[in-house]
Amino acid sequence: MPQHIDPALIDWSRAQFALTAMYHWIFVPLTLGLAFIVAIMETIYVRTGNPEWKQITKFWMTLFGINFAIGVATGIILEFQFGTNWSNYSWFVGDIFGAPLAIEGIMAFFLESTFIAVMFFGWDKVSKRFHLTATWLTGLGANLSALWILVANAWMQYPVGMQFNPDTARNEMVDFWAVLCSPVAINKFLHTVSSGYVTAAVFVVGISAWFLLKKRHTQLAKRSILVASIFGLVTSLFLAFTGDGSAYQVSQKQPMKLAAMEGLYKGKNGAGLVAIGILDPAKQPGDGKDAFLVKIEFPKLLSFLGYRNPDAFVPGIDDIISGGYKPGFDHVNPAEKERTLSVEEKIRRGKLAVRALAVYREARTAKDTAVMNQSLPELRQNFAWFGYAYLNDPQSVIPNVPLTFYSFHLMVYLGVFFILLFTVVLYFSTKDKLEDQRWLLRVAIFTIPFVYLASEAGWVVAEVGRQPWVIQDLMPVMAAVSKIDATSVIITFWLFAAVFSVLLTAELMIMIKQIKIGPKEGGHN
Amino acid sequence: MFDTITIETLQAYWWIIIALLGSLLVFLMFVQGGQTLIYTIGKTEPERKILVNALGRKWEFTFTTLVTFGGAFFASFPLFYSTSFGGAYWVWMAILFPFIIQAVAYEFRSKPNNFLGHKTYEWFLIINGFLGTLLIGVAVATFYTGNAFSVNKSAITNLADPVISRWQHPWHGLEALLNWRNIALGLAVFFLSRVLGILYFMNTIDDEQILLRSKKQLPLNAIPFLVCFLAFAFAIFTMPGFAVRPYDGTIMGESYKYFHNLIQMPIVMLMLAAGVVFVLLGVALPLLSFEKSAASGIWYAGPGTILTVFALFCLVGFNNTAYYPSVYDMQSSLTIHNSSSSYYSLTAMSYVSLLVPFVVAYIWYAWKAINSRKIDQKEMDEGGHSY
Ligand code: HDD
Ligand code: HEM
Ligand code: HEM
Repeated sequence: MPQHIDPALIDWSRAQFALTAMYHWIFVPLTLGLAFIVAIMETIYVRTGNPEWKQITKFWMTLFGINFAIGVATGIILEFQFGTNWSNYSWFVGDIFGAPLAIEGIMAFFLESTFIAVMFFGWDKVSKRFHLTATWLTGLGANLSALWILVANAWMQYPVGMQFNPDTARNEMVDFWAVLCSPVAINKFLHTVSSGYVTAAVFVVGISAWFLLKKRHTQLAKRSILVASIFGLVTSLFLAFTGDGSAYQVSQKQPMKLAAMEGLYKGKNGAGLVAIGILDPAKQPGDGKDAFLVKIEFPKLLSFLGYRNPDAFVPGIDDIISGGYKPGFDHVNPAEKERTLSVEEKIRRGKLAVRALAVYREARTAKDTAVMNQSLPELRQNFAWFGYAYLNDPQSVIPNVPLTFYSFHLMVYLGVFFILLFTVVLYFSTKDKLEDQRWLLRVAIFTIPFVYLASEAGWVVAEVGRQPWVIQDLMPVMAAVSKIDATSVIITFWLFAAVFSVLLTAELMIMIKQIKIGPKEGGHN
Repeated sequence: MFDTITIETLQAYWWIIIALLGSLLVFLMFVQGGQTLIYTIGKTEPERKILVNALGRKWEFTFTTLVTFGGAFFASFPLFYSTSFGGAYWVWMAILFPFIIQAVAYEFRSKPNNFLGHKTYEWFLIINGFLGTLLIGVAVATFYTGNAFSVNKSAITNLADPVISRWQHPWHGLEALLNWRNIALGLAVFFLSRVLGILYFMNTIDDEQILLRSKKQLPLNAIPFLVCFLAFAFAIFTMPGFAVRPYDGTIMGESYKYFHNLIQMPIVMLMLAAGVVFVLLGVALPLLSFEKSAASGIWYAGPGTILTVFALFCLVGFNNTAYYPSVYDMQSSLTIHNSSSSYYSLTAMSYVSLLVPFVVAYIWYAWKAINSRKIDQKEMDEGGHSY
């Protein structure tokens, strides 16, 4: 009786990863951005010597510290989860993937955790300049940690700089710089950290708006809003710019994800970008029906954004399944330069690769070098589709389209909205008329949850949109899991859900209390 | 620079780094040890506040070392990472949970409206102190006593069930608690961390009551540590170990393997002996005389701990030994040669490791800057940032 990987194990392992990552991501963006906002405020304090700026700095720093602690608490489990829940993955690509994680620890986490201590405990013990430097270094540390983990994540979406070694049955790094400087990594890093800056800016504007509405600490609130709305406007423009860069990368490297983001089943030349759309829940791939109940498009925009050419052909889900079109980018697999392969053909080739590897390994045990050498070319020729071997149904390469589509559109709407918000807030702020715009202040407060929503939605696009791959084309989720009982994962899933929810509740209560206490007491009891 | 070195040397270099991180981690677990003593040594609320704050300035450092230890192990010996973490699932989960709750405990403990109440957060610290130290000790002991797992890299070609590393005991790691040798090391680490915690209090806190109670607790923890540690040492030096035949990598049982290693690597023997002596010195000094040397105990016991744990890692990693033996299928045992990253990765990572001295330097500098004087009641009342 051949054993099978339990589908429940796969689903619960994914659910657990999604849960812990999404919890971590509640806290990380604020850390990334608030660290710099606080550093800017402290810089103003050191430049002007005005103690009010010191008080402002300290107030936001207290909120930073509360958020930081729980960010750390949720991070540790992610670090080890690759081993505990994705052990096969950890061997298959650990040679490449482990490095960024280790570098993150050495380069970023120590920087962050050392200088955060100076930030909080050093006020009266070190010079102003040293303290300011420590604040900036804390921000730098946080952003460096984002760099390395995002390099790791980008590599999974677009594996480069490595080669498969049949003797060790894993991928091995051959070019560190290719991993670090891959265009996907660079775009991902810039887009993600800037989303953190925007998150923090919305946070600071929103809370300050509450102070203004309540007519408390108005001086602090106005100054904070000024800093945060300038910071927010600049970074939200940059965010849209890098989001476009990310979408461009997706269309090149993960066309299936792009198709899911736009609900595009039937590809076309001069494809439009969906402005507003409601998907038909009954739509099935390949049924030829219209995917949308309602749709308003910007004509030709998708072709332009994805291929920098308004008439370019954008493949849809059905095209990718059946293959046979000429891809719009020339660096795709040489075997697909003229005509892309159907998924069925990729599955066939993937199975050839795996079979060749099996022959190779058997011959290796038998020390039969002739057979070993014979099987190698077959393996190399088909390795690009290695992961397809584990799939049986071509349809299984389609991610969850509605989830990807709606998440993407939500993120983009909100991205545009944040730009508007910062512009308007900045306008009234420079005129010093903010207090009279009570509607605007209310909007600013209510925007806080939405920035978190946008941010989480971004990850849903990135991660759900790449399913079923953990490593694009090379390893699907079912080949990546650890061999444990689904029950074990179910138990830990609920444990994490419970612990994180309790901690989040505590964090929110403390945060809200500190905001109510306000700056005077500096947040100390 | 590193590219002219052989892969064997790189593997040894990375094992040394792992050993160094591991031994630093055990030393830094004085934070955990101290956490288990907050009610024993701190009898009043203000006293506990001092204790928590003294530990609170260092906890993040222990935590980050743990994370970096995990990351470095992943990068340099990925087969260990996938086999052990994915296999001994429950032990690692039981280690991680207490660290999750620890991370918020300091920051949230004394904040108003903190939902759970400050007692709960103190219990988070105690749970972390107890489970974290005990279980990490147990996990490290299995480097000697072995685990039940198998590794078959060809499994990746089995399309229905491609998992390479498989744990062969249904308890997924918790079975290690049934072996008294593992428990002995677990308890030894637990009591050692308490000893270190006490010495750390003596070093950083200026408070008579706390000093007195610390001194009283010191022998109460040092003696059980010594008993447990000697029991573990006796066990490993008399039991058979897992040797590797150098020319083909075959794993074989060998009587007195770890004792042989000790004799064949005199430097390691020296480190082990010096380590134990330093730990004992660190305990003895504050007990013999009070005033001055009370503060310096940690400066002996700390390096002593590092030397001892470092030697334990060397004994199991070097001299043709399998550092993560499998009692289920001996040939699946992990050695630093069959579980490491590729030559290229190890080289790249070695360049990164050159950053470590800079990291140590700025940590040192920053700490000196903010710890210029001892923590006392006055500082707690001044109303600067505190936990
Ligand atoms: C405040 C949050 C936020 C906002 C307003 C936006 N994004 Fe975003 N987006 C993220 C936060 C984010 C993120 C959380 O940072 C993600 C998840 C993964 C990643 O690389 O960044 C992301 C991913 C992500 C991806 C997927 C990248 C991939 O799969 O690798 C695309 C194509 C975009 N974004 C595009 C945009 C566009 C065109 C926006 C218009 C303004 C936009 N995003 C606003
Ligand atoms: C912190 C922000 C992140 C969020 C919110 C996030 C979100 C998610 C979600 C929602 C899933 C589940 C997808 C599905 O099962 O359909 C997932 C899976 C996964 N993500 Fe991410 N992710 C984040 C960062 C990362 C990073 C930085 C990495 C790698 C370095 C990563 C690696 C993975 C892996 C290995 C899985 C499991 C396999 C899979 O289901 O694809 N994630 N993530
Ligand atoms: C799945 C992938 C991830 C892993 C394994 C991971 C791991 C960790 C760990 C172990 C910590 C605690 C570090 C400490 O000891 O101080 C942490 C904190 C942190 N991580 Fe993550 N992380 C992941 C995803 C991300 C992402 C996607 C980002 C940013 C883009 C990020 C940025 C940070 C930051 C800024 C911190 C500092 C603490 C805070 O959040 O406030 N992490 N992470």
